[in-house]
Amino acid sequence: MPKRTDIHKVLVLGSGPIVIGQACEFDYSGTQACRVLKEEGFTVVLANSNPATIMTDPEFAHRTYIEPLTRDVLAAIIERERPDAVLPTLGGQTALNLAMELVEDGVLERFGVELIGAKALAIRTAEDRELFKAAMVEIGLQVPASGFAHTVAEALVVAEEVGYPIIVRPSFILGGKGTGMAADADELARLAGEGLAASPISEILVERSIAGWKEYELEVMRDLADNCVVVCSIENVDPMGVHTGDSITVAPAQTLTDVEYQHMRDAAFACIRRIGVETGGSNIQFAVNPENGDMVVIEMNPRVSRSSALSSKATGFPIAKIAAKLAVGYTLDEITNDITGVTPASFEPAIDYVVTKVPRWAFEKLPGTTDVLGTRMQSVGEAMAIGRTFPESLQKALASLEHGRAGLACDPAEAALDEMGDDELLRRAAIATPDRPFHLEALLRRGVSVERLAEATRVDPWFLDQISLIVEERAVLAGFAGPAALDRAQWRRAKRLGFADAQLAWLWSVPEAEVRAARGDCGVTATFKTVDTCAAEFAALTPYHYSPYEDEDEVQPSERRKVVILGSGPNRIGQGIEFDYCCVHASFALADAGFETVMVNCNPETVSTDYDTSDRLYFEPLSFEHVLNVLEAESRSGELVGVVVSLGGQTPLKLAQAIEDAGYPILGTSPASIDAAEDRELWSSLCTRLAIPQPAGGTAATAEEALAVVGRIGYPALVRPSYVLGGRAMSIVYDDDGLLAAMEELSRFGSLGREGGLSASRPVLIDRFLEGAIEVDVDAVRDATGDLLIGGVMEHVEEAGVHSGDSACALPPYDLTHQVIAVLEQHTAAIAEALDVRGLVNVQYAVQDGQVFVIEANPRASRTVPFVAKATGVPLAKVAARVMAGATLAELRVEGLLRPPVTGGHVSVKEAVLPFDRFPDVDTLLGPEMRSTGEVMGIDATFGLAFAKSQLAAGDRLPSEGCVFFSLADQDKQAGLGVAVRFVELGFSIAATSGTAAFLDEAGVPVKIVVAKVGDGTGQPDAVDLIAQGEVQVVVNTPRGRGSRSDGGHIRKACTIHGVVCLTTVAAARAAAAGIAEWGRTTLAVRTLQEHHADGQGTLL
Amino acid sequence: MSLSLLLLADGTLFEGEAIGAGPPGGVAGGEVVFSTAMSGYQEIITDPSYAGQVVAFTYPHIGNYGVNPADMESARPGCRGVVVRDLARLRSSWRSNEDLGAFLVRTGTPGIAGIDTRRLTRHIRQAGAMPCAFGTADEATLRAAAAAEPGTAGIDLVAGVSTTEPYTVGDGPLRVVAYDYGIKATILRHLSVFATVEVVPASMPAEEVLARQPDGVFLSNGPGDPDTLGYAVDAVRHVLESGVPTFGICLGHQLLGAALGGTTYKLAFGHHGGNHPVRRLRDGAVEITSQNHSFAVVDVPGTEVTHVNLNDGVVEGIRCTDRPAFGVQHHPEAGPGPHDASYLFGDFADLMLGSR
Ligand SMILES: Nc1ncnc2c1ncn2[C@@H]1O[C@H](COP(=O)(O)OP(=O)(O)O)[C@@H](O)[C@H]1O
Ligand SMILES: Nc1ncnc2c1ncn2[C@@H]1O[C@H](COP(=O)(O)OP(=O)(O)O)[C@@H](O)[C@H]1O
Ligand SMILES: [Mg+2]
Ligand SMILES: [Mg+2]
Repeated sequence: MPKRTDIHKVLVLGSGPIVIGQACEFDYSGTQACRVLKEEGFTVVLANSNPATIMTDPEFAHRTYIEPLTRDVLAAIIERERPDAVLPTLGGQTALNLAMELVEDGVLERFGVELIGAKALAIRTAEDRELFKAAMVEIGLQVPASGFAHTVAEALVVAEEVGYPIIVRPSFILGGKGTGMAADADELARLAGEGLAASPISEILVERSIAGWKEYELEVMRDLADNCVVVCSIENVDPMGVHTGDSITVAPAQTLTDVEYQHMRDAAFACIRRIGVETGGSNIQFAVNPENGDMVVIEMNPRVSRSSALSSKATGFPIAKIAAKLAVGYTLDEITNDITGVTPASFEPAIDYVVTKVPRWAFEKLPGTTDVLGTRMQSVGEAMAIGRTFPESLQKALASLEHGRAGLACDPAEAALDEMGDDELLRRAAIATPDRPFHLEALLRRGVSVERLAEATRVDPWFLDQISLIVEERAVLAGFAGPAALDRAQWRRAKRLGFADAQLAWLWSVPEAEVRAARGDCGVTATFKTVDTCAAEFAALTPYHYSPYEDEDEVQPSERRKVVILGSGPNRIGQGIEFDYCCVHASFALADAGFETVMVNCNPETVSTDYDTSDRLYFEPLSFEHVLNVLEAESRSGELVGVVVSLGGQTPLKLAQAIEDAGYPILGTSPASIDAAEDRELWSSLCTRLAIPQPAGGTAATAEEALAVVGRIGYPALVRPSYVLGGRAMSIVYDDDGLLAAMEELSRFGSLGREGGLSASRPVLIDRFLEGAIEVDVDAVRDATGDLLIGGVMEHVEEAGVHSGDSACALPPYDLTHQVIAVLEQHTAAIAEALDVRGLVNVQYAVQDGQVFVIEANPRASRTVPFVAKATGVPLAKVAARVMAGATLAELRVEGLLRPPVTGGHVSVKEAVLPFDRFPDVDTLLGPEMRSTGEVMGIDATFGLAFAKSQLAAGDRLPSEGCVFFSLADQDKQAGLGVAVRFVELGFSIAATSGTAAFLDEAGVPVKIVVAKVGDGTGQPDAVDLIAQGEVQVVVNTPRGRGSRSDGGHIRKACTIHGVVCLTTVAAARAAAAGIAEWGRTTLAVRTLQEHHADGQGTLL
Repeated sequence: MSLSLLLLADGTLFEGEAIGAGPPGGVAGGEVVFSTAMSGYQEIITDPSYAGQVVAFTYPHIGNYGVNPADMESARPGCRGVVVRDLARLRSSWRSNEDLGAFLVRTGTPGIAGIDTRRLTRHIRQAGAMPCAFGTADEATLRAAAAAEPGTAGIDLVAGVSTTEPYTVGDGPLRVVAYDYGIKATILRHLSVFATVEVVPASMPAEEVLARQPDGVFLSNGPGDPDTLGYAVDAVRHVLESGVPTFGICLGHQLLGAALGGTTYKLAFGHHGGNHPVRRLRDGAVEITSQNHSFAVVDVPGTEVTHVNLNDGVVEGIRCTDRPAFGVQHHPEAGPGPHDASYLFGDFADLMLGSR
């Protein structure tokens, strides 16, 4: 069946902001989809609110809408574009749910738009757990005993029938949100309540728990001719009960006999056919009882998923790309396998290596959460590693996580478990947490048997035995005096079990370089193999490599001039998709400029690890050892022009010095300058030299020194470690107690130490905290000739003190004076000059009463680069990459890559998206430690409208009427007054806590409801009650007491639970009022990025 | 763990460790072929079609789920040895009752582990399947042994694996006589669903088979070079002339082709795996198939091609246009592998019912 000719214009739905359970894997799939559809000659219309994505680059679609992903906005887009079809299966759960809304209220029908990829009925049958189960039973597949409930009472009744333990699972949800395990009726009652709230159709599945069974996933593809293939099988190391997104997973399945595997494969095909997913990929999850092989179906995702991205990277089979082709009519046998170039895509990849994925969590940034893993997904990112064996890939994956672990223990961090007793350790290992692999290793090292561990953890004995191999080898290695003592066979055995040189260096307490050298002398060096979908049965065209320790190296020599780009590793809060965006742009720009591009990264979700993004892809940990292996392999032929370390965030930056010392050129700003910006002393003296004011401050390694510093600069003060991203462990202290507490926390060994944040050489930084200051971000590019390009000046909405990554910001600035902007630009130029920046630099400022202070400068790509590019039309990352490779801005202007920024016409607002809905116990109060997982962008004619759009995109629909609740800290009351007045003018009524009420009343603002202190026992309703009863539409609560036990804490938590807009700064409240004012008056207008950029160009100098 | 070497006939050397049974004089050998199947090592090792061959597994972890009585394709391993990257030390499966390692020892099957099987596969892909020798003997001895290995072309390997006495399995309504050239247990399981199957020696003359007045004759899979099986080809020709419905799989398919005057030839490195896409020309559907053949057949008079391999265009199935006979090169019985082609057994049953 060839391509469909009856459709011409396709609307592709993106997945919106990065949130837990939905990360950049959907940028990867969406980008591939847009690419393919364009190549196939379709007019591609794209809707996605996330500016940090590659897919929203103007060149990937013909018409790109960076607009909120809501039904009304989509309806407006469809009305304006009149597409023939909507493709919802590559934008995650968001796109799928959106598509269903569009179907349900007839938008698609009204405009005669066809749903392609999956039809509404199929989506409904797969997503509604009741329909799904019925369908599975109908085709003779087993499902866990269960019943559905729409009320808590119903839930309890069902539970009696299926029996405890029970697992509660809401319908139509993402990443396990609202699911959980209940051992008895009381727990169930609580869980059921949450679950019903989490489900858009307030329905929950009350199911018999089969925690402890083996969990598997199959990635299945189907075409319109009903051909089906399994692309990849995945086995979870963590058994049922831990969400697949939070499980260590392995591909292919390791412990299924062929009979069992084929049985599962047949079931998967029966499932996809019954559900009726016509084309594309689906992810089907199974559980198998290890005692007797009983198999049940858990769920099916009728779309490309996180596991599809993993499977694509694990096998080389580009699921999203092929899904897009199938959606427009092709059949699998009509599509060739890019990797072999000769065989068709209608096959099942055979792999000859083991892939291990390990999730990365952010519990350390979310005080109040426990790190216990369950059926709700909580991880924020993941790392994947490829090895020839499981032990090798597991150790590489753990090293890739960048949690300061060099592999499976055998590193400084292992000491943490040493003082624990066996029973204590075993008890902990029985509960799934991020540390479980290390618990297992420690227990095995203490001689606890595989049987006992399997019994306690339900982790399959095969995996445990493989871990024992690592443990036993470690004991052997410990027996050697040092690196000189090993012979070739011994080196080979150790490396084949995945031991990193860093681990061995620690074991023998010698420098890593010594280990590498001794190993090299024995002729044991990394060899590179190829991911080729066919286990070497056919020749592979695509250089997609990984490094085991084998006989033969497959890297093909190339005579070209090449650039190696280091990626940013697993997503984490503070370092996410924005950095992958920059790396990908560098790859594109440098390829256009004639370089051979070589990418090194270990994050399976990203576009950078797509094998056709760069000329060569090395799927390797971003550790010095592995990067060096790649550099050595690549310099065997051709000319290695240099290494790009400044686009992937802190991860590659940490390697800069070592790479330079190893004799490889660093492209762009020199490691010395990078250090000058990071090193407090150097940085301060630099600012002093340039006469650029900084907040007063100092450094301290001890509590005494800290007190001394504060004695000098006074309170409030900001305390933080050096060399960290995302404001890790920063806190604002108001008195000595707070200061000492903060120092105590920092000096303790913890996640911080793990991130290498604190040590004698890396003291604590203490600054005077600038209250009520406006924060500003400036992104700029400077070239070797000293020519400077100001990419964008972004005014934050929340004041300084709220991490730049967590605050909304506007471009152009909405109320900075020209003088201040001029000063900001001068300072930025001076700093870039002084640091001799070659490429990007991001400088953060705080403007207090018109006086400009510099907070920090980062001579590297920043989180805001993609936002600036979307807002101004200047491909900042591409320009920077070219500049790093030697081009001048002047040359790039001539070449046309560097166009003047789009000015006027529109205002762009970036808003952060926070993960609080998943962590109800975390205080939502914003602070200097970043906690957002993603961002959205609102573009419109004015700041107010753009802000309102950004809020809508972030999930907070600003109300047009109702009641605003005020609870202001004393220092905020004056400022808050103006906002209150504005809301009254807009027709809102006001409620307030007694103190605030008195103040407003005083100032003549009518207060409708005066609210009692939370739980003060006087019968009258408190704020939490009002919020719960839906009496309040907006809450303005600025910090009084910190911490979630304070009044404010309760109020903010209530807002999260009941989805009420909660503004924690006066500035944000002012912006919201502005938004509401205009939103009410104007009708929603949608516009493409291409239009914004075009007419902006019109008004150019 | 004793050091063991693998030497190919062209002199290529690999280092590993000895696993399984110790061969006499520390030398084992055969024609080395690779299988890309990621599961089903037990079925592959016990498949008589691998007689005379040493199987190298491209998937690195072999033995994870041990071995069990139910997954035996024949009473004992068919291959001369196994080459793996990593042999599991601990097995994990409720179905298994023995470690693969112990099984290899018990059944006298030698093996070698720790091999860069990807390098080996790439080498075979370029140089073609070739004789090899491996074991704990010294390099020179192994080099000589590898050079002396005959390979599989021109040798009758069927005689060694076929049953000597007829025996019967199943009690289905139809009567099938199955020529045993090295038949797999899974094939018999499929046939017995609808037939009483009498399994007869490869050497049995056609007259004796036809005298049993079967509803159909089945030509089994088996090892080696069809050209060496003149007697079998003659028998098949007679059977076909009688007009009895006939179905051949793999070697059986090649013999069918040869009997009809087609030409058989050896593939560079054969098809061995569980992921080969085959087009069913009848309706264009794609089947993912289990394959294990080093030879193939073309230009068969009086037949039409029914299946082709989408990777390299090799003919995978033919049907006679003038009589009730067909054959496929791939393995519809799977064991191991996907079940996509199992409908072919149904086709055989229909053919027999139709001509009753
Ligand atoms: N009946 C059950 N008993 C125990 N654990 C379960 C059960 N059903 C699901 N789980 C666990 O919950 C996780 C999430 O369930 P799933 O249906 O996949 O929801 P989601 O849509 O969030 O992926 C699964 O990965 C599995 O580990
Ligand atoms: N002296 C200060 N006064 C007020 N706020 C500050 C000060 N220094 C830092 N901040 C706040 O803390 C946040 C994080 O500090 P920053 O130096 O940017 O760390 P990071 O490197 O994590 O971005 C800033 O975005 C700003 O809001
Ligand atoms: Mg799931
Ligand atoms: Mg900052």
